Amino acid sequence: MSFISLLWVLLLGSLLGLELIGKVPPTLHTPLMSGANAISGITMLAALTLIVKAEGNVPLLIIGSVSLGFALFNVVGGFFVTDRMLAMFSRKPSNKK
Amino acid sequence: MNLPVIIKFVIDLLAVLLLALGIKGLSKVKSARDANRLAAFAMSLSVVGLLSYYLGTSGIAIQSWIWIIIGSIIGSLLGAILAKKVPMTSMPETVALFNGCGGMSSLLVALGVAIFPISGGQENFDFFKSLINEVSISVSIFVGAITFTGSIVAMAKLQGWLSTPGWTQSKFRHFVNIVFAVASLIAFFDLINGNTSSIWLLVIVSSLLGIGVTLPIGGADMPVVISLLNSYSGIAAAAAGFVVDSQLLIVAGAMVGAAGLILTQVMCKGMNRSLVSVLFGGSLSAQSTASSGSGEYTNITSCSVEECALTLEAANKVIIVPGYGLAVAQAQHTLREVTKKLEQNGIEVVYAIHPVAGRMPGHMNVLLAEADVPYEQLKEMDVVNPDFPATDVVLVLGANDVVNPQAKNDSSSPLYGMPVLDVQEARTVFVIKRGMSAGYSGIKNDLFDLPNTSMVFGDAKKVLNDLIGELKDLGVGEK
Repeated sequence: MSFISLLWVLLLGSLLGLELIGKVPPTLHTPLMSGANAISGITMLAALTLIVKAEGNVPLLIIGSVSLGFALFNVVGGFFVTDRMLAMFSRKPSNKK
Repeated sequence: MNLPVIIKFVIDLLAVLLLALGIKGLSKVKSARDANRLAAFAMSLSVVGLLSYYLGTSGIAIQSWIWIIIGSIIGSLLGAILAKKVPMTSMPETVALFNGCGGMSSLLVALGVAIFPISGGQENFDFFKSLINEVSISVSIFVGAITFTGSIVAMAKLQGWLSTPGWTQSKFRHFVNIVFAVASLIAFFDLINGNTSSIWLLVIVSSLLGIGVTLPIGGADMPVVISLLNSYSGIAAAAAGFVVDSQLLIVAGAMVGAAGLILTQVMCKGMNRSLVSVLFGGSLSAQSTASSGSGEYTNITSCSVEECALTLEAANKVIIVPGYGLAVAQAQHTLREVTKKLEQNGIEVVYAIHPVAGRMPGHMNVLLAEADVPYEQLKEMDVVNPDFPATDVVLVLGANDVVNPQAKNDSSSPLYGMPVLDVQEARTVFVIKRGMSAGYSGIKNDLFDLPNTSMVFGDAKKVLNDLIGELKDLGVGEK
């Protein structure tokens, strides 16, 4: 990929984000923030790349592994916590008269 | 193009599509939970795509597998445990912590690539030789470090581990931060010039900058900062995407970056604060108490819990206005018991949720949902405002600035223009509050002076508990 096409990817990705998120009701802002936050842990892919390409370079393997750990902490924790919040919303309001 | 490349291309495309659908689905209550799982699935899919690509091309060494497994297991386990254990009231600091770790991850990737240029990177992408690569490494380090230290400081402040040091409220802090910013810029250009050792300077000063910018910000503005930092972590991910040449990372990072910005904007609007004043203004109360000293309270009516219970018993329609104070006192469950009693007596109960109620937008909804409040009873400001004139009793619990009529009537007030709940239109307003202290804006609340407003002094949880007792004595909800 050339740098220019990566810039296009960046631009279109930002526009997509603006368009998708502009329409969320305030109620869901906290879950959304935490869900989006989990997605930002996508750097785990960069960490994986680093580990695969380290070719036996132990310090690099360690850096990659720690980085992967941080990213997955963000991803797994973020999605679980979002799920916990949303589970409360979807609980059936059966006790209402 | 060979097969692994095509497969990875298709999987990446699918992952982006699913992530976008996931974010879209998060915007509706009905689909939100599935959407969150869809996004999680998309993330796992992207990992499978990447690993299968390497398996199909260069292969993955055993040693790499070992480190991948170690990192994944530790990170995922800790994340899952924290996510299961953390109480709902500390959601803002939890998001801040997760966010900081995301920033740290981007920082480490860039650092790793910078210190140990990877031999034989992707096709005709010469690691650490091209200018673009150095710029993206620097940006990734800079933004990643700010995200990490900023988020950790935000978390520590929300947890009460850190207070705002006095000197950070003086003008001196601007000088300090400017020094850090200039130093980062110097390190940045030095790095691009090929001086690899200045990378450590960049790491250190951008970390300090993250601390220096976040530390002076008052607790009530913290959600805005977390949202902004959330946006930064997206930018850091996108920058890391440039470093390792991954479109998927760039798209996902850019989407999160845009999301954080929108959310930040929404929060600022709800509080009638500009982003600039949040970031550079210090805590609001410090400056505005002097300018807005629009007099003392002259007509405060205080009443007992008993009177409050009697009025509630006679009401047909009650609106609850929960705020930050309720979240702090963790009184949402007690509140739910009170409203259950009222409902059993045939009284209509509705919760009016101001867009910035709680400690984050939407946080109050989560807290009330945790206490089993039916979703239908939570009404947003625009929906509920026309209902106030037909309401018998309004209970204001730990909310202050969001019910200040000054925002509508007094054009000289710093709050003027902020959207507020028109509680004063109701027949009777009870304000449950610990004392006469002002809200976080430090501005006098005209509501308290109105003849139809009565103050019930005390901790929200204790007052609500007493209220349950009084209602019981009156035989409310005993049927």
